[in-house]
Amino acid sequence: MVRLTARGTRRRLLAALVALLALPRRALAQPVMNPAPGIDARTINTPQGALQSILKGAAMRRGRVRLELPPVADDGHSVPMIVRVDSPMSDVDYVRRIDLVSEKNPVPHMATFFLGPQTGRAEIESRVRLNGTQRVTAIAQLSDGSFWFDAADIAVDESACLDGG
Amino acid sequence: MTARIQVPREARRGDLIEVRIIIQHPMETGFRYDSLGRQTPRNVIHRFECRYGGLEVFRAAMGAGIAANPYLRFFVRARESGDIECRWVDQEDASGTVSARVTVNG
Repeated sequence: MVRLTARGTRRRLLAALVALLALPRRALAQPVMNPAPGIDARTINTPQGALQSILKGAAMRRGRVRLELPPVADDGHSVPMIVRVDSPMSDVDYVRRIDLVSEKNPVPHMATFFLGPQTGRAEIESRVRLNGTQRVTAIAQLSDGSFWFDAADIAVDESACLDGG
Repeated sequence: MTARIQVPREARRGDLIEVRIIIQHPMETGFRYDSLGRQTPRNVIHRFECRYGGLEVFRAAMGAGIAANPYLRFFVRARESGDIECRWVDQEDASGTVSARVTVNG
């Protein structure tokens, strides 16, 4: 039994403070996209882990998504990318989110875009960094919860992310 | 942080508004070393959001996989006249905002 005296409280507070200090610094400075609960943190920086954290056990089907990347990029530092999802974007049938996963980047989960009926059209253009020749996957989750994907292969002559990048 | 936003000045109700934005930011990957061999810490704009008339219409969570000086093009359905306001924050908690006004007719 724990007596709730002032001393006991202080002791527990001290113990909590010590425990906080004992936390590895890396745990406190986690990257932007934390793995979802139940996902092994050691796999989050693999393409499979990134996919797992997005799908959370659900299946994904190919189709409805179109990922446009040039077949060849001279420079991986900035590669034009367009992703489109075939969706009416109505109040009842819309795209909830689009994720980009790289096969070879040090951080495979590149970006997540959150959309809704107010977006009107499920089309996003941006520029991505690619660490070498690889396959990039775009995964869209629709309002009914289903996942759809498209993958694009790209040859990158000069990769980004590494030294001198 | 400077940024440029481009949206049409006018739109018809129900039409699609194309929003284009480019933000000046290095999107440091954390894998670069300076001339003294010190690692440059990762610093990317990890959160970006766009509000239209005060309501959130688009949001992005970005990593180092987005190129430096991030560029985004996305759509918003015209509802009523109002401001399209984009906000973002990087990992050093530096934030920025830029907005543009759209007049909706009809």
